[in-house]
Amino acid sequence: MSQVVEHSEENRGAFSSRKVFILAAIGSAVGLGNIWRFPYVAYENGGGAFLIPYLIALLTAGLPFLLLDYGLGHRYRGSAPLAFRRAHKAAEGLGWWQVGICFVIAVYYAAVIAWAARYAFFSFDKAWGDDPEGFLFGTYLQAGDPGIGLDFVSGVTIPLVLVWVAVLAIMALGVQKGIGAASVVFIPVLFIAFIALVVVALTLDGASTGLDALFTPDWSALGETSVWIAAYGQIFFSLSVGFGIMITYASYVGRRSDMTGSGLVVGFANSGFELLAGIGVFAALGFMATAAGVPVDEVATDGLGLAFIAFPAIISEAPAGALIGVLFFGSLVVAGVTSLVSVIEVVISAVRDKFEMSRVGASMAVGVPAALISIVLLGTTTGVYVLDIIDHFINRFGILLVAVVSMLALSWAFRKTGLLREHLNRDGSVKIGRWWELLIGVFAPAALTFILANELVDNLRTPYEGYPTWMLNTLGWGLAVAVILIGFLAARLPWRDTTFLGDPEIKARQDERSN
Amino acid sequence: MSTSAIVMMLVAMLVLWGGLALAIWNINRYTGEEPGQVERDL
Repeated sequence: MSQVVEHSEENRGAFSSRKVFILAAIGSAVGLGNIWRFPYVAYENGGGAFLIPYLIALLTAGLPFLLLDYGLGHRYRGSAPLAFRRAHKAAEGLGWWQVGICFVIAVYYAAVIAWAARYAFFSFDKAWGDDPEGFLFGTYLQAGDPGIGLDFVSGVTIPLVLVWVAVLAIMALGVQKGIGAASVVFIPVLFIAFIALVVVALTLDGASTGLDALFTPDWSALGETSVWIAAYGQIFFSLSVGFGIMITYASYVGRRSDMTGSGLVVGFANSGFELLAGIGVFAALGFMATAAGVPVDEVATDGLGLAFIAFPAIISEAPAGALIGVLFFGSLVVAGVTSLVSVIEVVISAVRDKFEMSRVGASMAVGVPAALISIVLLGTTTGVYVLDIIDHFINRFGILLVAVVSMLALSWAFRKTGLLREHLNRDGSVKIGRWWELLIGVFAPAALTFILANELVDNLRTPYEGYPTWMLNTLGWGLAVAVILIGFLAARLPWRDTTFLGDPEIKARQDERSN
Repeated sequence: MSTSAIVMMLVAMLVLWGGLALAIWNINRYTGEEPGQVERDL
């Protein structure tokens, strides 16, 4: 049996060193949300005072949850379904639920990267002219009425195809030569490019006005529940925890690696990058507000509005605007690609483990259908609405829900947190105490359940953005429920006879003793 | 920028970037075992 385990590990692939694993994990955690979500969330929720709930959320929920994912993947050395299956026979469905969510996210995430890549080129001649909003929805996306149509937009479809070709090439190359090598190149490039962007943004007139708006503390905000919800939500969504990515990546690390020390580096690198993004984005928004003669709150925004409407306006007005455009949209592309790679790897790794497929075979079996669905749904005049609805619902009633259920199941139903704590402590440079089990089993699920309940009430009371009910019921609620059903159905498929379903750590220790 | 904004910006930098520096220093001084036998990705 030991040969089965060894053979399986060799075939799954692995990162060549802890450094490569950390860079890949940072690449996954640092995504579009760090750049276009954090700055506005901080600004809207107390400015400088937001640092306090943000840090508390990082230490009491973000890092503990990250270590839970690390412990699960590292101990059981498998993709999300295999790791959960090895932890407990009844847990496999949770892993497939996470796999389903990742497939859905990959489908729409690629489209945003394609838009950003196109906008990097638009920056050279400021193609949006004096009306970035009209250009985005009218000229570029050619957005029609909400629905699902098949009128393709070449300006979206062509870069989308190129994104998928690049991502599938990385995936086919494997864990080390593909994901690892891409992370080793892309993450330093991302940090250097964004630091350059921040330096340029800080030289603009009005930059200090923007920073003043971002960092001036509103201490009264600390008494508001919504601010604490925002802090926990930001930490949760930005760390890539709870939906299989960190489980998968941790399974590719050497058996005796320091996972707690690695987790601290990844957690603080993610938050450190968010701070950098906040400085860069608000320095640029300060310039925009000063140039327009309006207060910062009239120009501050987040998400697609920040990236594809506010930043084009800044690029048009600023000296060295083309440079700002290339650095900003280039950073979005790099951050997006490293995150997309990690999301799709969750699915590929699961398919490889379950069906014992080759790396190239599994990459194509997963990637080609994902790419086709992505191009058909997102490459059209209705793509922006499809993206908006899926993103909204799968984040809340997919990622958030599976995260809460997984934490509670591992803590209370399967009672694995004690074992995982011992595992993490065995080679961890930072020892974690029993308080970690309390955070994972009680505090973090309670905080996330509170957020989830708020979201549920809001979405039931008010249909999201006034979209047609049939769209919300299919692409929103329907898809969130479908990934659960498909996940637990997939768990009923049998494993191959050669797949080892016991605890690989126990087997490895027995092998060490017998040798 | 107001004094309070400057102070909070510096505190944020110190905590988050300082935390990152400390975390990197911590793993560099710790000599764990690197994977030597599982590099192949067939």
